[in-house]
Amino acid sequence: METRNFKRVMVWELPVRIFHWINVLAIIVLTVTGFLIANPPALLSSAEATNLHTFGIIRFIHFTAAYIFFFVMILRVYWAFNGNQFASWRAFWPFSKKNWNNFWHVLKIDIFLLNEEKRNVKNISIGHNSVATLSYLVMFFIALIQIATGFALYADMSGWWLPKLFSWVIPIFGGDFMVRTIHHISMWLFIFFSMVHIYLVFYHDYIEGRGEVSSMFGGFKFVSETRLKKAAKFHDKEIEEK
Amino acid sequence: MSTNNEKRKTYYESIIKQGYSRRDFMKFSTYMAAFMGLESSMVGQIAQSLENTPRMPVIWEHYQECTCCSESFIRSDHPIVADIILDRISLDYTLTLMAASGHQAEAAKQETMKKYKGEYILCVEGSIPLGDDGNYCCIAGKTAKESFLEAAEGAKAIIAWGSCASNGCVQAAKPNPTEATPIHKIVKNKPIIRVPGCPPIGEVMAGVIVHVVAFGRLPELDRLGRPKAFYAKRVHDSCYRRPYYDAGLFAETFDDKNAKDGYCLYKLGCKGPMTYNSCGTIKWNNGVSYPIQSGHGCIGCSEANFWDNGPFYERATKVPGLTEEGLADDIGKVAAGVLAGGLAVHAVAANISKRKELMSRINRGKSNEKNIDS
Ligand code: SF4
Repeated sequence: METRNFKRVMVWELPVRIFHWINVLAIIVLTVTGFLIANPPALLSSAEATNLHTFGIIRFIHFTAAYIFFFVMILRVYWAFNGNQFASWRAFWPFSKKNWNNFWHVLKIDIFLLNEEKRNVKNISIGHNSVATLSYLVMFFIALIQIATGFALYADMSGWWLPKLFSWVIPIFGGDFMVRTIHHISMWLFIFFSMVHIYLVFYHDYIEGRGEVSSMFGGFKFVSETRLKKAAKFHDKEIEEK
Repeated sequence: MSTNNEKRKTYYESIIKQGYSRRDFMKFSTYMAAFMGLESSMVGQIAQSLENTPRMPVIWEHYQECTCCSESFIRSDHPIVADIILDRISLDYTLTLMAASGHQAEAAKQETMKKYKGEYILCVEGSIPLGDDGNYCCIAGKTAKESFLEAAEGAKAIIAWGSCASNGCVQAAKPNPTEATPIHKIVKNKPIIRVPGCPPIGEVMAGVIVHVVAFGRLPELDRLGRPKAFYAKRVHDSCYRRPYYDAGLFAETFDDKNAKDGYCLYKLGCKGPMTYNSCGTIKWNNGVSYPIQSGHGCIGCSEANFWDNGPFYERATKVPGLTEEGLADDIGKVAAGVLAGGLAVHAVAANISKRKELMSRINRGKSNEKNIDS
């Protein structure tokens, strides 16, 4: 029986985790309010319109969540240039041999569920694996589409310059109709992504038992000692002793 | 209809000659300024330029259309609009309203085009079919495209009346058998004012044309080439049922109590929230009403492709390119179900395929648990 020593590694730094969870919240709120706006349920109220602002509040929540979604995304992009190696934009760069090797490996082992003869520890991604980075890149562009279409639809109701930055989107599609359709369909892509994303996180945690789920809360993953530089062993001890 | 040989009168002269008083004229100027959204100090300017500028030659072409734009125009609120700007005096050529016909009419047009090259305004009502060499719409032996290009050549500016000329409208709806094409896709080198709507509001049309003749330049246009004064707001933004919308009070069917109480028609497919027009403020038939006030949701007639963008009486998102049943939410629900099923299958398969790996980890974990010391 093999035994391994695992070392604590800070993989997801605080800004990454903040981004992740606020993003989760924003997407949930945006999706729920988005569905309500697209097809509002019948309101069982006999109050006069003067005394009600239900739909206005739902829309307000949607717009607020949209701003939050937008601003945490800016935070994440900023962190792609200032964060650690797992947060860096380099981790997402798809055009490298290493990336594609990992991509095929993940596809074979985790998606098509083949078993390896000999296991190579280097194939285990400490941060995102290459399939994941690619899906995040795609989601990033879909998020940009959501932001652009959403703010474009919102721009005419707003006096602020920020939403107005996106008013060029409407003429490209000839009017609000198409823009709204794109906005609505992209929302479904978020739903599909979330389903697969959550499933695969659980899958990794269940099969590989490497604390995938908890890492997004605490930021740590536990990495086999053999993967760290020799000197790090002692360094780590020092810190712990202090 | 004027003959082209006489000296061009100013608008003012024409108006007085028609038997209107100066007072009527001033009222008309004020009225137009109000519609264009100008401040009251501009009234004098409008009056002055109508007094001093000789009337602008106008050629009004009709292609694939139903003439509802002309109908709307001649019914606009102020009689001077119809009398002076449109039919009797100003138009050098318009199939529908001119007295001359046949060769005579075509001759009048040719003469205007020659004599006032670079000066006349070309108004286009209707889209232009490009399919089958343009044979779906021919006038005086020419296809609509030929006739349009010829008239556009010497035009100072072009006004695209209505959704046909601006967006293609119903005849451009899928599958668009005649390849009906809006004019801005055919001529690119001329200033084009798009005045969409099926039809556009008569007062809006008058406002646009008076702006052009009174100031000698185009009104301020938005990014889609529509005059901002009339198309800057959604119908929804000026809808009198908006408080019900904000409250979340919607009519569920056309005959329920909510509909009778005048609740918002959003759930009955009202397209007001996506449609840019002045219906809520200027209204129709001399300010009597507009569709929503009469109990029918907006169908978005002034927006591009409004025929192809989902059902008129439902709040639903159609997936572009798919047939009648292609509603985004239905497809989304089915896809999500299939995806969930796929993930469940994957989960089961993972347990089977990776059982050795799993068991070894579990066993290691269990034995370690036994060996816990402190
Ligand atoms: S009736 Fe239509 S335009 Fe009026 S508030 Fe409702 S959705 Fe908006």
